[in-house]
Amino acid sequence: MRAAGPGVLDLETLGFERGAHLLVRQALRNLRPGDELGVEGGDPALVVHLEAWCRQNGHGVRQAVDTDLGVRAWVIRGRADLDRWADAQRAGGPDPSGIVREPAPDWGLAARGALIESGGPTPPFDITHRDLVWAEIAPSLYAHAASAQWNPDTAVEWDTQFTLPAEVERAVVQVMTYLIENEQAALVIPARLLGRIHPHFREVLQLLAVQAADEARHMEVFTRRALLRGGEMGTSSVSGRESLATLLTEAEFSLASFLLSVLGEGSFLNLLEFLDKHAPDPVTRQVTRLARRDEARHVAFGVAHLQHQAETDPALRGRLRAAVERRYAALVDTSGLNQDVFDSLVIMAAGEWTPQAIACGYDKVQKLQSEMDDGRQRRLVHLGFPADEAAELSSLHTRNFM
Amino acid sequence: MTLLMGAVAYDPKVVAIWSGFRSWLQARGLPFDFILYSHYERQVEDLIQGRIHAAWNSPLAWVRAQRLAQANGRQVKPLVMRDTDRDLKSVILVRNESKYEKLSNLEEQTIGVGAIDSPQATLIPCSLLRAAGLVPGENVTIRRFDVGVGLHGDHIGGERDAARALLAGDVEAAAVIDMNHLLFGQEGTLPAGSTRVLAQTSTYDHCNMTVVDEAPEELVRRFRELLLSMSYADPEVRPLLDLEGLSMWREGRSTGYGPLETAVDEECFYDARGHVTAQEYRP
Repeated sequence: MRAAGPGVLDLETLGFERGAHLLVRQALRNLRPGDELGVEGGDPALVVHLEAWCRQNGHGVRQAVDTDLGVRAWVIRGRADLDRWADAQRAGGPDPSGIVREPAPDWGLAARGALIESGGPTPPFDITHRDLVWAEIAPSLYAHAASAQWNPDTAVEWDTQFTLPAEVERAVVQVMTYLIENEQAALVIPARLLGRIHPHFREVLQLLAVQAADEARHMEVFTRRALLRGGEMGTSSVSGRESLATLLTEAEFSLASFLLSVLGEGSFLNLLEFLDKHAPDPVTRQVTRLARRDEARHVAFGVAHLQHQAETDPALRGRLRAAVERRYAALVDTSGLNQDVFDSLVIMAAGEWTPQAIACGYDKVQKLQSEMDDGRQRRLVHLGFPADEAAELSSLHTRNFM
Repeated sequence: MTLLMGAVAYDPKVVAIWSGFRSWLQARGLPFDFILYSHYERQVEDLIQGRIHAAWNSPLAWVRAQRLAQANGRQVKPLVMRDTDRDLKSVILVRNESKYEKLSNLEEQTIGVGAIDSPQATLIPCSLLRAAGLVPGENVTIRRFDVGVGLHGDHIGGERDAARALLAGDVEAAAVIDMNHLLFGQEGTLPAGSTRVLAQTSTYDHCNMTVVDEAPEELVRRFRELLLSMSYADPEVRPLLDLEGLSMWREGRSTGYGPLETAVDEECFYDARGHVTAQEYRP
């Protein structure tokens, strides 16, 4: 592009069919409405296209005269582009420090930090306040979660040789069947919440998306382990499904996060640790160990988010307590943990089919339940509940563990 | 009383546009409603018969409205128009490598045009041909691409088909409006450099908001005032302006319809009293 005189743009042979509008628009950017820009160029259709383009973009055109050496037409700068962006604003900043407390609904799906043209649709995101979803740890947890993803096909040594008595194998399959059911709930809940959160809180969306992906992998590895020896899946009790169904009905983000991540997945950490320790075969130990690592992240975000919220909202603890009580009331008439699951845990921990081993396995499962209770109480105290209230609330937690 | 306007539903977006404008106008105190027509002829007839007060008219509908009004002792005027309705041009395109250098070179050849009732792609370009001594049906063959007959060329399909026919070698030249030539180039219907502009028409105006003298004066005044006040900086109205293809409303003017008046007479499209006299025109 040759340097033309002041206020004159030389397009050389470039036409509007191949991007001439970019150079014209760039040249107009520095002019004020009413200013003129001469346009030179060799494309035969230049003037026809320039006139059409200017008309569509709110600019005027003045015909060139013989004395306008080289200039084929004059563009009179309009103001439509300026008007379009006149009241545009930035959607916060791209870094977490640029997060605003209450992003405007019409920022919608725009990237955080983007320059937002005013107006437009307001997508139906109903979780729109920073304090309802945010935790300072979210960006680093997401980064960690993204880097810790594993491939179910290669992370587990599926070909490892082992032999189990039929009853023990059945117990493993029963526990896997139970875990899959719970993982499905743990996938659906963050996925549902994800669609309701204003995308301005990008890191929370990312974290929940990875959380859902984690659960998807857990469903896969538990299913593969269950079917590894060609047996049938175990049982699913009404009481177990009732317990999980109450999690699906909790609409408030913080309460759902509390019930699922802090209390439910928190208890699951103990269960998975138990399985890692007592499972009778290396494949079961591997899959539960992999799942446990992921679940620890989910619990960490739940606790951190609720801690953040409890600092800004003193009434939060009252609502958390009410949520536990509500769920307890909904489940009071159900039998809790599927008896088949409880028995299978005992058999797995027993490892063999003798009275002494069974007694030993039974003790271990009771110890597991006690550890789950301790863990829940510890996390409740962490959230600011007094010790006695934490103990009371933990005792109201579903007997289904999740 | 409610100011009642007619618009032709040449595209589903017309509903979004006028529903949006209706809400905007009503919110500013103007009792306004609209009726959608499937073609312009009935809209113009209803305007002159007083069934509607205003009509969002194509240029051809404006020409007919004037003639019908005069024949019926009424008066019509163009109240407002879009900034994009002023000073349009149509072009006659040929393939770049063809031998044609001026319009008269197209004698005895076939020229592709838009729909029978398209001012920009048929009527005005044919008038340009006549001025160069090419008389359709006598020493030049016109091949029409009748898409959306009755919509007065609002449907882009006819022009696109004519452009494709030119590229395919089915016709030796094609008539399109300047902005569609630009669009076809940008979207790839006409690859860059595949065609060149052999001739262009003089400038002409396009749509206008036609009002009839029987319309309630105060409502018309307020309607005009509100339309002219619409600002592209207003986020509520900007998406509607974008859909309707304007950045601001301008005063209506009747001075830009001369080329079309001439073309209508040459083609005997309407007679002096506004009757439809075009052969083969079935809106």
